[in-house]
This record gives sequence, structure tokens and C-alpha cells, in this order.
Amino acid sequence: MKIAITSQGDTLDSELDPRFGRAAYIIVVDTQTLEFEAFDNATNKNAFKGAGIQAAAMISDNDAQVLLTGFCGPNAFKTLEAAGVKVANDQTGKIIDVVKKFNQGNTVFADGANKDGHW
Amino acid sequence: MIISIASGKGGTGKTTISTNLALSINQKVQLLDCDVEEPNCHLFLDPVMETLEPVIAPVPQINLEKCTFCKKCMDICRFGAIAVLKKDVLIFDNLCHSCGGCFEICPEDAIIEKERSLGEIEQGTAREIPFIHGRLDIGQVMVPPIIKKVRSYTDPDIVTIIDAPPGTSCPVIAAMNHADFILLVTEPTPFGLHDLKLAVETVKILNIPHGLVINRADLGNDEVKKYAIKERIPILMEIPFDKKIAQIYSKGEMIIDKLPEYKEKFQILFDKIEQQVLAGGQSK
Repeated sequence: MKIAITSQGDTLDSELDPRFGRAAYIIVVDTQTLEFEAFDNATNKNAFKGAGIQAAAMISDNDAQVLLTGFCGPNAFKTLEAAGVKVANDQTGKIIDVVKKFNQGNTVFADGANKDGHW
Repeated sequence: MIISIASGKGGTGKTTISTNLALSINQKVQLLDCDVEEPNCHLFLDPVMETLEPVIAPVPQINLEKCTFCKKCMDICRFGAIAVLKKDVLIFDNLCHSCGGCFEICPEDAIIEKERSLGEIEQGTAREIPFIHGRLDIGQVMVPPIIKKVRSYTDPDIVTIIDAPPGTSCPVIAAMNHADFILLVTEPTPFGLHDLKLAVETVKILNIPHGLVINRADLGNDEVKKYAIKERIPILMEIPFDKKIAQIYSKGEMIIDKLPEYKEKFQILFDKIEQQVLAGGQSK
């Protein structure tokens, strides 16, 4: 299964970036093979508005079925939900450890945003 | 003649000046409350409202039968209001600025124009003066279209006084642009001066003649005056920090009703503004 993780760097040793829409990178990783691709999120990071929405669409485009991040706002959550991407918030640590933890099967998925929208 | 009453800092006395000036001058005048996020002139004037007009704007709606999910609409949207997914397209109405880009770029003619409400305009009379104000809908953020709609009621044959919102962003520009004179209301405090400087820089870019009213003039320090002299901005009126004025304001009453000597002071203020506008016209 492919999952997306917000990351401060572009490798599996990087720390998770708690921000979703404005994360530095979004890493899409195969949970079985650990093959991954790191997407530079600079365009969304500097977006005037709607960063979370655009990042959510990008994750859906890359066939990730799950998003692991720190905080997810209401617009992003709505988009991910429509795209059928499950969201787990409040994640921390190195990307590789986050993936390992996910593979152990203890991840709790969110049923809503855990952050207010930005105005 | 259009006089826009602005300030950098909020709470310096724009509404007090706007309402009292409008009721004091010996010319035909109308008052436009352009602080549409929190209009308050009506609290002091008790106008009788006659008409209500909605302010609407187009937002896109996607016809999924025609859509090929090409993402051109999503890419052109500067505000991230459109999310094209694999089998669905989401529109976030509140982020949309109604620029029309998505309608233009869609190669499949799959975008339908839907209307949404941004706010409303009320028009009426306050003590024989034409009075117009706008009100932004709760949850909406697009302010300039409402201000422009309020200003569409401008009568070019009489004096128009505009109560502008505070700050220096788009709504303020919308309330100041194309005015003949901008009256900046400030107070002699570090906060007042800091935001006054920002407002002056904005007015300079708009290239509109401007002058100052210093409210609560005997408070704080004299840095605002020094700045005005340095920048050659005329100080047209000073209002003291008077407990009586504060009490009148807090009851929603007009200064000129309770302290009638102010009526003449506001007339003098208007005469000075008129002189400035005439002088500005000559130098151009």
C-alpha cells in the first residue's frame, strides 16, 4: 500500500513535518518495499491560500491511500475524504519509524480535521 | 467632491468624524459607511432604511458529465479554491475570488456559473442626509466588491463622505481610491503614529491630497505633530481628550447634538478640506 507522510526533508531519515498543506516535502512510500518518492511541496508551502487543498489533490494523484501528518485542517480533510484518503493526525518522529509503526497496525484514523482553518 | 475618512489604526475616531462632519456642513452631502466588516455609522444616526440590495458574485460549479479532470481550472486558480480529484471536483466557495479564470480556461465548457451572496447594501436617510452602508455576510471574506457597490451610490453633484475601514489593505484601498481628499484620523500615541505612517505611505501611492485630524490630541506625545510637519501633512483639526466626548460616544450620541459648538468646528474642518482640494487641483 502507498501512504503519504509530511516530511521536513526528502529521505526516510527525515523528521515528520507536523504541517500538512505547508509541509516542506510530502513523501509517498510503499509500506511493503519501502520504495519512496519525495515531492517538493515548495509551491504549496508558499501558496497564498488553499495549500492544504492542493496538497490533498496531489496525494490523491499519487495513489496514496493514507496520509500521516501532524495537523490537518477542514478544507484539506474534506478534499482527502472525497479522494478516499484516510488521515491519521498527531504523528511525530522519523519517517522510517512512522512507517514501521504504521505497519504494526496501531494507527488510529481521524474522523475530522484537528485544526481550524486559516483566514 | 469625495472625502474619504481613513486611518491606519482602528479606534481613532473615523466614524465620529464622518458622522459629525456629514451633519455639520452647509452643503448637500451623502454619507457612505464603507467599513462593511463592522459598519457602525447607523448606531449614531438612526437612519430610516428604504432599500436592500444583495451583493452577489459568481462561483464555479462543475458539470461532472462534461469534465475530463484535466485540472486546468485547478491550475489557474490562485486561491486554491478548486481541487480536481480522480473522479470528483471540489469547489471551496469561501476561497473563490470570482476572478472568472476557471470559466475562461475550461476546454470542455464544463463549468457552470453559480451565484453566491457576499453581503448586502442598505440605502436610506439619516436626518435628511442620504445614507448608504454595506454589510459583509458572516463567513465571507471578499470585502472590496461590497465597498465598490456602496460607492456605486455616489452622487457626483453633492459632497460624498466615506467612512473607510481601518488598516491599509484591499478594503481600505477600495474605500479611498478615486477620492478627492483623504482625511486621516490619528491619535498622538506610538501606535497611532506607527499606523499613521503606513496609511500615509498608502495615500501617497494613490496620489490623493490628504490631511490630518488628531483626536485625543492632548494625550501621548508630540511625535505625530513632528511627523506631520516633516512630511508636510496639514493638521486640519485637533479634538481634545475630553471625558464628555467619550461619554457622548459611548451612548451612541452625536457630539454636535450635545456640544453644539462643535458644529462650527466641523464646518471649519470642511472649509479647510475644500481649500486643500482646490489648492491640490491647481498644482496638478
